Amino acid sequence: MASLKPGEANLGTTIMAVKFDGGVVVGADSRTSTGTYVANRVTDKLTKVHDRIYCCRSGSAADTQAIADVVNYHLDLYTAQHGGPPTVSVAASLFQEICYQNKGNLSAGIIVAGWDKHNGGSVFEIPLGGSLHQQQFAIGGSGSTYIYGYCDKTFRPGMSKEECIQFVKNAVSLAMARDGSSGGVIRLAVITPDGVERTVVYGDRLPTQYSD
Amino acid sequence: MALPAEASTGFKFDNVKRNQLLGDKGYKLPTATKTGTTIVGLIFKDGVVLGADTRATAGTIVADKNCEKIHYLAPNMYCCGAGTAADTEFTTSMISSQLALHSLNTGREARVVTAMTMLKQYLFRYQGHIGAALVLGGYDVTGPHLFTIYPHGSTDKLPFVTMGSGSLAAMSVFESRWREGLSREEGIELVKDAIEAGVFNDLGSGSNVDVCVLTKGNVEYLRGYSRPNERVFKEQSYKFAPGTTEFIDPAAAQGEDATAMDVSA
Repeated sequence: MASLKPGEANLGTTIMAVKFDGGVVVGADSRTSTGTYVANRVTDKLTKVHDRIYCCRSGSAADTQAIADVVNYHLDLYTAQHGGPPTVSVAASLFQEICYQNKGNLSAGIIVAGWDKHNGGSVFEIPLGGSLHQQQFAIGGSGSTYIYGYCDKTFRPGMSKEECIQFVKNAVSLAMARDGSSGGVIRLAVITPDGVERTVVYGDRLPTQYSD
Repeated sequence: MALPAEASTGFKFDNVKRNQLLGDKGYKLPTATKTGTTIVGLIFKDGVVLGADTRATAGTIVADKNCEKIHYLAPNMYCCGAGTAADTEFTTSMISSQLALHSLNTGREARVVTAMTMLKQYLFRYQGHIGAALVLGGYDVTGPHLFTIYPHGSTDKLPFVTMGSGSLAAMSVFESRWREGLSREEGIELVKDAIEAGVFNDLGSGSNVDVCVLTKGNVEYLRGYSRPNERVFKEQSYKFAPGTTEFIDPAAAQGEDATAMDVSA
C-alpha cells in the first residue's frame, strides 16, 4: 500500500456521512497538514462529483483530488450519454474501480454519498484497499478512530434530517477535539432531492465537550 | 549497433540508477539549486498581488542574489515558484506555451482555473518528482483567483497564501493583518512586509522583494519593489595614496636621468 510521500499534503482528517429518509448529511473537518504545519485551515474536503453526489476525501490531498476529478469527468460523460443523472452506486463503483486498480500508488480513503431517484439517499465507504461498503452511516480519516464508540451508541435508523445534522456536528467535533490532525471548522452538506445545502460551523461555535 | 529509440519529449531518467549507485557507494551527489524561498499571494479589493524574495541557494551557498521567482504564465496570469529552481522555471514555461496555444485555439483569454488544472495534472503525473511548489495568481473573465499548487499535485484556493521555507514567517504577517477588501496600496504593503518577514527571519530567503499586481486588464510587475539589503559604499577607503610605500628608485640610485634614457637602436 502506498504511504504518504515526504512533503506531501495530507488530509489527516475526520469525515462522515449519514443517511436519512430523503437524503444524506455529509460532514468534515477542514485541516490540511504537511508534517506538523497546517497548510490550510479552511479546506473543503466535501467535493462535488455530480449535482447530488458528493465525496468526502481523506488521505493524500493530491491523490484524492485527482481521483475526484476523474470521477467527475466520467459522471459528466455518463450524464451526457444516458440523458440523465447517475445513481450514487454508479459513482461509488467508479471510485472503487480507480482506488482498487491503482491501490499500489494511492493513499485515499473516500466516502461517497448522495441522493438519486431510485434509491433515495445512500452512503458508500471505500477504505484504503479499494473495497466498497454500503452503510447506513460512515466515518473515515484519522479522527474517526476516536468516535466509533460514540457513533455506534448514538446512531439510530430513521433519524430526521435535523437529528442527522446534529449527530454529524457532535461526532466530528468530538474527533476534532482528540485528533491532532483534525481541526478548524466543520463543513456540512445536506443533499436532498430539492438540492444541496452547504453550511459551516466555525471553530468558536462547535458543540462543547467534556474537556472544554 | 542498434540504439534504443530516443524519447522525443518529456524528462529523461537515464541517470537515476547511476546516481543511486554512486550514492550507495558513498559518493556525495551534487545538489540541485533550490529556491529556499518566500513566496506569497493575496486577494485585494480589485485584484491579486503576488510577491517573492530573490535568493536562490545551492546547499548553504547563495547561488543567485537577485533571481526572478515570479514567472510569466499568460498576459493575465503570473506564477511564483518555490522548490527546485529548474523545475519551477521549466514547468511554468511549458504550461505558459500550452496556455498560449489554448487561447489561440479558443480565441479567448485563458482562465486561471485552466492554468491551475494543467499545472496540477502535470505535477501529479510526475508523483512529486518535479519539485515545483507554486503560487498561481491571475485575473480573468470570472474575476481574481489565487491558488497554491504542491509538488504532488494538490491545490488549495484561498484568499491569502504563502509557500516555501519562509512561508511560516510570511503567514504570521498575513494571519494578523489580512482582511477582506484591502486597497491596492494596502495589499502591496502587506505582501512586501510578508516577504520581508521571510527575508529577515528565514535563512533560505533573502535579498530583494519582487511584487506583481494583477487587476482587470492590467499587470504591474514591480521588480525590486523593496531592496532592504542594498550594498552601500564602504565608509573607509582601502585605496592607498601615491607615495605611501617607500621604494628605491633604480634610476636615482645609479645617478642617471631615467626620463632622458636613449631608447633608440
